[in-house]
Amino acid sequence: MTREIIKGTDAVAKAVVGADPDVVSAYPITPQTGIVEGIADLAADGHYNGEFLRIDSEFNAASSVIGASAAGARTFTATSSNGLKLMSEPLFTAAGMRLPLVLAVANRSISAPLSIWNDHTDTMAERDSGLIQLYAEDVQEAVDNTLIAFRVAEELKLPVMSNLDGFVLTHVQEPVDVPEPEPVEEFLPPYEPEQTLDPSEPKTMGAYARPEHWTEAKYVPHEVLLRAGDAIERATAEFEEVFGRSYGDAGGLVDTYRLDDADVALLTLGSLAGTAKDAVDRAREDGIRVGVVRPRVFRPFPGEALREVLGGVEAVGVLEKAISPGSGGPLSMELKSELYNLPDRPLVRDFVIGLAGRDITVEDVVGIADELYVDADVSPHEFAPDEEEVWPQLREEILPEEVSH
Amino acid sequence: MSTEQLDEKLDDVSEFDYDDAGFAPGHRACSGCGPALVARHVVEEAGENTIVVNPTGCMEVVSSPFPESAWGVSWIHNVFANAPGVASGIEAAYRSFSRQGREEFEDHEDVNFIVFAGDGATFDIGMRSLSGMFERGHDVLYVCYDNEAYMNTGVQRSGSTPPGAHTTTTPSGAYSTGEDSPKKDMPAIAAAHGVEYVATASISDPIDFRKKVSAGLEIDGPAYVQVLSPCPVGWGFDAEETIDLGELAVETGVYPIYEMENGEVTDVKTVRDRKPIEEYLERQDRFSHLFDGEEGEETIETIQAEIDAQAEALDIDG
Ligand SMILES: Cc1ncc(C[n+]2csc(CCOP(=O)(O)OP(=O)(O)O)c2C)c(N)n1
Ligand code: SF4
Repeated sequence: MTREIIKGTDAVAKAVVGADPDVVSAYPITPQTGIVEGIADLAADGHYNGEFLRIDSEFNAASSVIGASAAGARTFTATSSNGLKLMSEPLFTAAGMRLPLVLAVANRSISAPLSIWNDHTDTMAERDSGLIQLYAEDVQEAVDNTLIAFRVAEELKLPVMSNLDGFVLTHVQEPVDVPEPEPVEEFLPPYEPEQTLDPSEPKTMGAYARPEHWTEAKYVPHEVLLRAGDAIERATAEFEEVFGRSYGDAGGLVDTYRLDDADVALLTLGSLAGTAKDAVDRAREDGIRVGVVRPRVFRPFPGEALREVLGGVEAVGVLEKAISPGSGGPLSMELKSELYNLPDRPLVRDFVIGLAGRDITVEDVVGIADELYVDADVSPHEFAPDEEEVWPQLREEILPEEVSH
Repeated sequence: MSTEQLDEKLDDVSEFDYDDAGFAPGHRACSGCGPALVARHVVEEAGENTIVVNPTGCMEVVSSPFPESAWGVSWIHNVFANAPGVASGIEAAYRSFSRQGREEFEDHEDVNFIVFAGDGATFDIGMRSLSGMFERGHDVLYVCYDNEAYMNTGVQRSGSTPPGAHTTTTPSGAYSTGEDSPKKDMPAIAAAHGVEYVATASISDPIDFRKKVSAGLEIDGPAYVQVLSPCPVGWGFDAEETIDLGELAVETGVYPIYEMENGEVTDVKTVRDRKPIEEYLERQDRFSHLFDGEEGEETIETIQAEIDAQAEALDIDG
């Protein structure tokens, strides 16, 4: 294994090439661009043997990997933000057609207003597409998730999205163990597709279904996704065997930190967990017993694993880099629906924070932990619903009058 | 038609070695459907070593209602706008397999990759996808079955709808004589991309059409063939008149038949004693309003003038 100080996008590019895809097709968008460029560089130096399509748009990046996957190819694409929206229409078909493909998303806010910075509003809006969604805390995990994504996609015949926070992970240099070819081959043997467009065995793919078949066609990927946790756990365990890196105590679905004796928990996706872990160390010095829960997977939603690890806490603060306008934060909505039928459910409060790259400091998170600690004695039944959602970083002074009055 | 005449016609037809294997009868197309004939001729000509990509549209819907399929060759549908993108990926996958020397694909060195798409998918919503496929030079034959409107959604105009045509989004009325913008010149757009082989055809001359399919498949790179495919439902004529209407479109010069190689027109089907456009228009409900009054008459004159100019430019009159 070679340990390198390497930029996030370059590291992911190396992992992709290591997985030896037959077809890569991607279009540049900040902050993903470095991944496409990295693959182009590796191809230019003769390290990549597959086809690399310099495609005309994300719409056709998604379309072409769908075509390639149907032809039996291992395929990869990458995007961010508005690019993901442009992919959305074809991507929705990938799960229904049971096509494995891997998509890296360098998470970024969506216009308007235009912003290139990180949050999760891009991928949360695709949560109903049928794609598995993995989230990485650091560059190493983004690299490892790339390989795990191929493994899971091909085993389940489902598309997998591997997320890494834009800039926070794409543009940092971190020491990373870049996987060597032999262990990668052991973990990820050549892809053997079950059904392809092989002309000598003609097939009809992507047919038109009438009401008497459509429901079942949707039920299948839903069921496979619901059970995908097992495959992800297995892949993560085998990954640990081959590469020696472990992801979380809850079978690779959920990562926890100082949660065992915690009264309250902070729950968050991706790189923000690193800040939350530092904040927990700080808060614990003040006697606040707080821990961190980080789902590594958002689809399938790891409900059972979360119910298990959150069983002992009084309150959960969801640190959420997304908003579903007119409702609330998607992560906390999902969490609440998982906990609703439990007799002793913890209070859940939603902190919409860090949108479009607004900096989140350790102090911000310590403040949230403090607030939660005070709330911990309040039963969820007593808590006013309109107080459950908080925007700690909102700058009231620049809001237009119509909403500030 | 007398029995003798019919026998004679059937003799002509048997020249094709009629074969159902690629596109089977029993699909759900309306009787007299021009595009369905195109489908059969395309796959028969290409043979079994073929993968067809079909965007959303009439032909996709009528040919693939699960669990039935009319397709005897490998076939895929994804969405309306992306057939060239999907075909790009399939072709790239096969290129990748052969570059890597993957044994299981050795027999498939010369697979025919074909997009079979309506005019809406081609002229309008799929244009970006098509432009990219052309530019990147994928070895794909693109066959546009041109029925001059969005038939699948109930006859709305497309960029291919000819001037004067009534559609549900260009209805004729007190203030309108139907479609008022010219038909987009897709073959020229294809040729401008540097596409080596571009051709137009009419389903009324299947021998010519199939030659063009074959020529397109031989090209090592993208090729574009656009075939006029009358639709009895959208145009308003009786199901048995499909071929006649296709023929009339050629005989009146409204649908010129030509080939382009590397951007130059190399072959044009000449038309002796070109017929006046009225003969074509009056046989279709979509133009019937043009025969109602003065404005319609003016529209017909304009259409005729445009056809004349086009005939001169292409040197059609034989
Ligand atoms: C993104 C999107 N927009 C609109 C539609 C609705 N739609 C399906 S087929 C079609 C028209 C197809 O027209 P054309 O390509 O000319 O083929 P035809 O139906 O005439 O065979 C339309 C508008 C769709 N399926 N997807
Ligand atoms: S509407 Fe027209 S194009 Fe569509 S199936 Fe019927 S005849 Fe064919």
